Amino acid sequence: MTTYADAPVANRNATGKARSRWFAQVGWRHLVGVLAVAFSVFPILFVLSAALNPLGTLSSTELLPTGASVENFTNLFSRTAFVHWFLNSLLLAGVASFVSIFLSALAAYAFSRMRFVGRRVGLLTLLLIQMFPQFLAIVAIFLIFTTVTDLWPAIGFNTPWGLFLLYMGGALGANTWLMKGFFDTLPKELDESATMDGATHAQVFFRIMLPLVAPILAVTGLLAFIGSINEFIIANVFLTNTESKTLAVGMFGLVAGERNNNFGMFAAGTLLTAIPTVLVFQLLQRYIVSGLTAGAVKG
Amino acid sequence: MSTSLSGPEPATQAPGREPVRSGLPRTSRDARNHAPITATGLIVKVVLLGLVAGIAIWAAFPLVEAGMWIGLAILAVTTAGLFYLYLTRRHIPAKYLVPGTLFLIAFQVFPVLYTASTAFTNFGDGHRGSKDDAIVAIQTSSVKQVPGSTEYALSIATKGDPTTGPLVFLVTDPKTGEVSAGDAGGLRKLDAAEVTVSPTGKVTAANGYTILNFGQASGRSPEITNLVVPTPGGALRSNGLSRAYEGKAVRAYDAGCDCVKDSETGKTWTADEATGSFVAADGERLAQGWKVNVGVQNFSRVLTDPDISGPFFGTLVWNFAFAIGSTGLTFLLGMAIALALHSPRMKGTNLYRVLLILPYAMPSFAMLLVWRDMFNSDFGLVNSLFGLHVDWFGEAWSARSAVLLVQLWLGYPYMFLVATGALQAIPRELTEATSVDGASPWQSFKSVTLPLLLVALSPLLIASFAYNFNNINAIWLTTEGGPFAPDNPTNGATDLLITYTYRLAFGAQGAEFGMAATVSIFIFAIVATVSAISFSRTRRQEDVYS
Repeated sequence: MTTYADAPVANRNATGKARSRWFAQVGWRHLVGVLAVAFSVFPILFVLSAALNPLGTLSSTELLPTGASVENFTNLFSRTAFVHWFLNSLLLAGVASFVSIFLSALAAYAFSRMRFVGRRVGLLTLLLIQMFPQFLAIVAIFLIFTTVTDLWPAIGFNTPWGLFLLYMGGALGANTWLMKGFFDTLPKELDESATMDGATHAQVFFRIMLPLVAPILAVTGLLAFIGSINEFIIANVFLTNTESKTLAVGMFGLVAGERNNNFGMFAAGTLLTAIPTVLVFQLLQRYIVSGLTAGAVKG
Repeated sequence: MSTSLSGPEPATQAPGREPVRSGLPRTSRDARNHAPITATGLIVKVVLLGLVAGIAIWAAFPLVEAGMWIGLAILAVTTAGLFYLYLTRRHIPAKYLVPGTLFLIAFQVFPVLYTASTAFTNFGDGHRGSKDDAIVAIQTSSVKQVPGSTEYALSIATKGDPTTGPLVFLVTDPKTGEVSAGDAGGLRKLDAAEVTVSPTGKVTAANGYTILNFGQASGRSPEITNLVVPTPGGALRSNGLSRAYEGKAVRAYDAGCDCVKDSETGKTWTADEATGSFVAADGERLAQGWKVNVGVQNFSRVLTDPDISGPFFGTLVWNFAFAIGSTGLTFLLGMAIALALHSPRMKGTNLYRVLLILPYAMPSFAMLLVWRDMFNSDFGLVNSLFGLHVDWFGEAWSARSAVLLVQLWLGYPYMFLVATGALQAIPRELTEATSVDGASPWQSFKSVTLPLLLVALSPLLIASFAYNFNNINAIWLTTEGGPFAPDNPTNGATDLLITYTYRLAFGAQGAEFGMAATVSIFIFAIVATVSAISFSRTRRQEDVYS
């Protein structure tokens, strides 16, 4: 971007000068923004075009919509258990992201603000454990959950709760480090003065720290939500009943066999799947955009 | 690691920590007026602990019923520990760490250790169970129809869904008319009152079973052919869909010589405890073996066996390139755009932001499949849009570039998002001060903004590297590791170690869980080393700038 900023300034007349100064200071930023948006949007446009394509095949789909048919959507609802998949995913991702953020915020608070024996070891262990991808242990997980299903069918295979518990296993490793980083940026004087004023450690956490990191909680919560929606490898092993599948597992099955013919339905499902994540993002937008610790520094 | 990370520091620096160990007697509780028990806190505590107790009791009954006393003991100790932890006023850090740690141990650490232990075995297809299981499997699979063996009328049934439920053979003895149900576990008699038998001897209905009709049965004929019901004298197998015969096992285990003998050919296979299989004098191995510890054999094979080590290191190099490329490119692009849009004079940044992060809002598993189809050489969007005829996933380098491009598209909105967040956290006074001092935008970026950004985002970049190092979806849903060289069907040009491992464990060539676990330990070691190095560098950086 610096090349734009250093671009030679035309100096033929005052208007040109003002215009090129505008370009050097603001205009190039818009150019970058427009190019980035174009890069971001064109595959999504293709999906939209495929979803509206009356033929519903991959080979007949172009970048811009060639028709406006809702046939792919009606097929999706009548021929597949899409509604079940959608609700399963929403429930699983919603609960899993909320709980996992809460668990890792608790741990991040301890790691950031307290000094105790084993703190360094704990932090390092978390980092190391997370390097081992959970799904690589899928054979072990499968054997463990076979026993769990025998004992407690309510949290076994083909239930969202078994998968939920498994996702919670990865909660600490995934977000604790990130959140500890943001807790560390909050000035210590804030909670020290609260402690002096008689606040308990729980009050410091819930009344002072959590509100101050709300923006980053929103961001990480959003990431966890999207991550759960997209998780495929483990969910594919856990959920085999048509009605207990999540969106990722169900829709993968849709194009596993007949990719070309089902592409329209698949694209329609992709658009509908995007709705919850886009909605969540819009709801949290305020937190994401607002300054991370703006209030804290001034207070 | 630097020492700042570690160890007990003076309690004055730890606001959350009560001065419990100050040596004061218990009566000093009133003096600690800075930590009173609040009513809300007490109610929440009671409710949550009640919930824990409820769950523990609910979980205990099946354990008692199954007689799993070790599991019950773990449950009791965990519950008691939780009660102690949240009722005592000590161990404050543990109160915050334990909830997540419990899940971590149960669902991450334990499976990982379990997996690690299989790396030292030959666990996999043909080596799944114990030696006794292998002997039973050898004997039942060698069952042959011999002259004079009994023929039964057969109905195929299941207790579950006709298309997927486990199969059961319902057979009628021609001499006695008794009906028995048999599966891989053996044969047991059914009460005559519970079954309806047709005049031909075929069972047409049975309590608790669904009889498969001809269409359903023929759809599952491979499973029916493979189902062997062990009987005292041999085993029961199907012959077509309506008849079954009781055959005799040709091969039998002889405990005296610890070997398997074939009564027809007279050949013997002697048990080899080192490899977990029965081996004949001419070197022939029986397909059914058992699981044994092979020590570090899997590890030495990866390092020294030229058929494995050569492609392994090639994959390793590309794996690094992929992880560094994915992380680096997405970070550079995301940060560049975040910087461009981060200006007080900029209007419409919200609109840009909403549209920019759309790739992030889209479900990535679906978009990976969409990108694969966009790179399709025949009717893909990329070729038709630019008038190209490139077989993107057919050539090694075009496939690699395509995969990286897809990664860039998927990943840069995230980097943009976190870079924007971190930029907003940097006080504007700092950059203003540099421009007052006469620094150029580049100098100000290089010496103020970038270091501060890196401090905030380093852990995230390390995490992103580690994530991409094992990003199985990115490869598996696009190229599936291909293209493959004709002389090497196990390692493709875009294979990551993890997709290579996945193919070892679940691929078409048969499961090699032991080997797959070994490779996953190598992956773990590599990523852990890289992360540890960058981690210590981050610490040093933080010391400098904080």
